[in-house]
Amino acid sequence: MIPSQTKLIDEKVTSQLLKKRNRLGERFIESTLVFCGFISIFITLGIVFELGKEALPFFSSTDFKLIKFLTGTTWQPQIKLFGVLPLVMATLTTTVIALLIAIPFGIGIAIYLSEYASVKLRSTIKPTLEILAGIPTVVYGYFALSFVTPFLRVLFGKDVVEIYNTASAGIVMGILILPLIASMSEDALAAVPRSLREAAYGLGATKIETTYRVVIPAAISGLAAAIIVGISRAIGETMIVALAAGAGPKFTFNPFQGAETMTGHIVRVSGGDLSYDSIDYNSLFGISLLLFFMTLSLNMLSQWVVRKLSEVK
Amino acid sequence: MGENHAPVFIANLVSRNRSERIWKNLLQISTLIGIIFLIVLLLNIINQSFGYVAIGYRVPPAKLVGPGQTLENLDIPQLAGILRQRVSPGLLKQLENDTPLEQFSQVNLVNLVMAKIAKPEVVKTWSFWQSLSMREEIKQEVGQLPETRLVFFSWVRPDLVSNSQSSNPLIAGVRTALLGSLWIILIAIMVAFPLGVGTAIYLEEYAGDNHISKVIRTNINNLAGVPSIIYGMLGLAVFVRNLAQLTSGAWLGFSSPETANGRTIVSAGLTLALLVLPLIIINAREAIKSVPDTLRQASYGIGATRWQTIWHHVLPNSIPGILTGTILAISRALGESAPLVVIGASTYITVDPANVFSRFTALPIQIYQWTSRPQAEFRNLAAGAILVLLTLLLSINAAAIVLRNRYKRY
Repeated sequence: MIPSQTKLIDEKVTSQLLKKRNRLGERFIESTLVFCGFISIFITLGIVFELGKEALPFFSSTDFKLIKFLTGTTWQPQIKLFGVLPLVMATLTTTVIALLIAIPFGIGIAIYLSEYASVKLRSTIKPTLEILAGIPTVVYGYFALSFVTPFLRVLFGKDVVEIYNTASAGIVMGILILPLIASMSEDALAAVPRSLREAAYGLGATKIETTYRVVIPAAISGLAAAIIVGISRAIGETMIVALAAGAGPKFTFNPFQGAETMTGHIVRVSGGDLSYDSIDYNSLFGISLLLFFMTLSLNMLSQWVVRKLSEVK
Repeated sequence: MGENHAPVFIANLVSRNRSERIWKNLLQISTLIGIIFLIVLLLNIINQSFGYVAIGYRVPPAKLVGPGQTLENLDIPQLAGILRQRVSPGLLKQLENDTPLEQFSQVNLVNLVMAKIAKPEVVKTWSFWQSLSMREEIKQEVGQLPETRLVFFSWVRPDLVSNSQSSNPLIAGVRTALLGSLWIILIAIMVAFPLGVGTAIYLEEYAGDNHISKVIRTNINNLAGVPSIIYGMLGLAVFVRNLAQLTSGAWLGFSSPETANGRTIVSAGLTLALLVLPLIIINAREAIKSVPDTLRQASYGIGATRWQTIWHHVLPNSIPGILTGTILAISRALGESAPLVVIGASTYITVDPANVFSRFTALPIQIYQWTSRPQAEFRNLAAGAILVLLTLLLSINAAAIVLRNRYKRY
């Protein structure tokens, strides 16, 4: 028997207990975490702001004209010729060569792995390609210089192929982005529902007909995104071109000649003794800013493609 | 009924099946070629790491010792005698600064005789394949050179790891570069790990699906795609130039004319921290996301606060995934060279880094510098250093795989 005067629940105490407490520790931790979350925003703003600030003396100097910057074919800051085209052309040459290697092989491997290979084979080949993706780029640069260039010189003749050339850098860059494209494309193809393939087989289609009439159209957004990310990676790639593509900006369409890419130029000039606020120093930041916006827009484009073009949810 | 379509159908089927076979073969070949690329790349490096080397001497060791003897089986007094006889008095005084030559160990004396008197120099090198296939020609060629010895040399060897940088490829090593890499990565991870995990916790546990968190998420994905050299330029502007006072260590009393410009290990570490931060965040988010919600609800159900739930339940269950991501970030940082060149890695350091405010170099930088030299022997040396780097990366990645397989629960 419980005596009526002793209350089992003290209402005062319970309301005290249930009141939302002001926990200082929790609030402190939460604000620290919020700060962490904003760090990444600060980094992006830092890139735009700092690169812009250091490039400003270059962009605002009286010798700088935007039209000449974008269309001029000579890059020689010392004599005030700021045509960025030779650097951009070399970047485009290496990128196009890289894509000529990486797209057919990368997507070919992706189709083979997702449509033809047995589970066991796929589980050996995929990690092997991931090894290829994990090798540092300086090793690829070494490979370009010590294997691919001599190979090209034997193949086409020493008087045609220079010691430093964009073809060798581009080929090796293709090998570098191949696993990236293969792996992203394979993910896209594997995400296509099984039922779509079965419907095609049910109509009597062969495997390759199913692949290019059904699976590839369904996965096209993923494949496009993979290629765009590959392009962005190739444009920003540095060590291969720094080692194998040659030093000195040169406006040329010949892939067997040496030419300096945007990234190669930044590495070569900044690796020497660079004094602050010189025209060399400021122009490097101008090139970096251009490079940053090129890769940023490609990356955003690839995300947009995935969002907008996905047919199969 | 109408006409018979069967012959057309069968002819059509034959051609369809043929194209099926052709395509299948093409796809198989492209996969094979992908794997061949990897094999050729590795074989090329191994090919360059071993092979015959023709070594010439300023003074051949055979002239220093009596007939039928080698330097290695001379005793200490004999070796000391050779040194006293051949080395200039000034250098001798320097060598005997602490202890007389007779108290050196025999191995040290042999090394001294080699370095100070014999002075071996590379005359020519051959790759592994050449050494195997043209053995007789090489021997003949070297036989005609005076005072030259032919040895089969492995460029990757214990000395490569323990020796420091030198202008003589026969004794040059990656010790300084390796220590530099370790320091840089230590700083990078110490900065990026807490920030990255903190961001991931914020995004997964605190931030709802509002506008700001969406912006942060997109932003992190974009940062992961920014070329590494851009981070180098950011590091150059911020850590090397603007914060030179901090990164040179001047505020702590470390002042030296060499590092006053802020091109130090700290700057390198902080730059790489920015570079690997998105990688750590993305992996940590995946790990935290994979912890089932029931666990959180159980914890809230018994009255735990948000942070108690995260600290006692979410983090312990996601830590294998977070650590795997961190290890992958380490291996990324270990192989990165472009940003380090940009912020001013030193080209030639022979002393170990004393503290975080020392000048720096790193293993990939060392490989880059040796590769860009015109002499073939430095290419061989670079191949040896690449094998060291790849071995390190392989063991780090193996650790990540073991960790993932052993502790993965969800």
